[in-house]
Amino acid sequence: MQIAVASGKGGTGKTTIATSLALCTDDPVQYLDCDVEEPNGHIFLHPKFSERETINLTVPKLVEQNCTACGKCKEICQFNAIAQFGDTVMTFPDLCHSCLGCFRVCEEEALLEENREIGIMETGKSGKISFTHGRLRVGEAMAVPLLHAVRSKAAAENIVILDAPPGTSCPFVETVVESDYVILVTEPTPFGHHDLKLAAQALTNLKIPFAVIINRSDIGDDRVVSWCQETNTPLLLSIPFNRSIAEGYAHGIPLVETLPELRSSFEKILKRICNEAP
Amino acid sequence: MKPHELLILSGKGGTGKTTVTGSFAHLAKNPVIVDCDVDASDLHLLLNPSILEKHPFISGQKAVVETTRCSGCGICEELCQFHAVSMGERAEINPMNCEGCSVCAHFCPEDAIELTENHCGEWYISDTAYSKMVHAHLFAGEENSGKLVSFIKQRALETAEETGAELLLIDGAPGIGCPVIASISGCDTILAVTEPSLSGWHDLERILDLAEHFQIICHVCINKFDLNPDLTQTITARCEKRNAAVIGTIPFDPQVVSCQIEGRPVVSAPDSPAALAVTAIWKTLTKKMENRDSPAPPPMFP
Repeated sequence: MQIAVASGKGGTGKTTIATSLALCTDDPVQYLDCDVEEPNGHIFLHPKFSERETINLTVPKLVEQNCTACGKCKEICQFNAIAQFGDTVMTFPDLCHSCLGCFRVCEEEALLEENREIGIMETGKSGKISFTHGRLRVGEAMAVPLLHAVRSKAAAENIVILDAPPGTSCPFVETVVESDYVILVTEPTPFGHHDLKLAAQALTNLKIPFAVIINRSDIGDDRVVSWCQETNTPLLLSIPFNRSIAEGYAHGIPLVETLPELRSSFEKILKRICNEAP
Repeated sequence: MKPHELLILSGKGGTGKTTVTGSFAHLAKNPVIVDCDVDASDLHLLLNPSILEKHPFISGQKAVVETTRCSGCGICEELCQFHAVSMGERAEINPMNCEGCSVCAHFCPEDAIELTENHCGEWYISDTAYSKMVHAHLFAGEENSGKLVSFIKQRALETAEETGAELLLIDGAPGIGCPVIASISGCDTILAVTEPSLSGWHDLERILDLAEHFQIICHVCINKFDLNPDLTQTITARCEKRNAAVIGTIPFDPQVVSCQIEGRPVVSAPDSPAALAVTAIWKTLTKKMENRDSPAPPPMFP
């Protein structure tokens, strides 16, 4: 069972909800932090890491003496990572998407496989929770291959909680695409509502069932509640703004430790999703 | 003269980038406003732009299988590095995963795969009550956010040349990946908006790393600072050590959400605590940018 916690808008409380869910089940559970650009789950779960892996992309390096400047590698590369000026071929490994096309078309063994580090992946334990996150190398643009590595740690026998990155573009899709259910965390403001609609549209296109949790439910107006009613989207939980929650969050204390009375709500949510998901 | 590019970033989402940018749009003299958060953009909800021009954004390509020619040999599935091909009796391509690398098409023995242009979003030039705005919408699940960001920044520079604007005021995306890196290229000053929480701090550090990596001056402001004065102090001290001055703090103020509901920047409610704080930050920031634009600026990251 894979449950992704996503939002569209950033800072609505994805990590707050995802870590609390992971802490509220007695079943074998995995927490995968899929926000590899800005991972925050470890701040709340304090995992002890036992594995650390560098994630690389394979990129081309030119072996000049073998190159006949035939132009085939430049022609197949769709990402401007190979350029040719007359008889001179140049590679730009930072632009490479690692499709491996250039290696496959080169007949002269003029391209060597090199690694470009895109980040690291760490795995460990936080109590009973198996924890994995990725940390994108600063300056690296391609988050998805690292996210894919984190994602592929999901084991079928576990309840897997995926903490998604904000937005609705490719990192969001990569996180949710194979999940069974998505919880969209939002706040009742114009920004929260607007980005919720975008994320909901994306999930509808992908045919993934989803429901909503409203965080800081008393700071704005009733537009998100009305939207849930109009679209028949289940509203799982509303959490009012509360200074003690904000305090706890600031210091990396999981929500269910700050307000233990919420534990039963999260247990119910997990049960409900496990029954509902296809 | 090339306009000064001021980019608002945060690392962590929801710290107040758009609230700050929207207010700066109100305070700045004739900027070009650019929303570089192209997949979950919100700035238009504060600035109510009226669209003058709307264009499709076509970028990259997607593989499409001509099923009548496909023999189901599976070579494309074997070669694809992006898990975009699933093989039944015939190959099927998941456009969400396809990066348009063309390797499948090149090696298909039946010539059954074609690449088609990818219409992945829209971009706009608009008028607002303050000045021109360049913004965009990337369709859900698309992957060309970096390209779209670079593209609209280019359009914004052209607009600045037409209008004589001396400032690009740029609302950035959360994170430190593809769209953020695209928005940083050519940028002169970064303002990082953070909040006093361990998560906000952690993500700010990575923004400072990024600014250092690209050697761009970065100032910091701390939003909702009074929710945790101790952490505000710790973050301020830490920023000083890293050569990134905290140039202001913004108190928690319910007016921010009320103004958002009314669809206007918070500084348009001029006596609210947040409005006063953002106005003070803008004054400090403009001085810093003016000094920066004068000849021979001191090296920030020696």
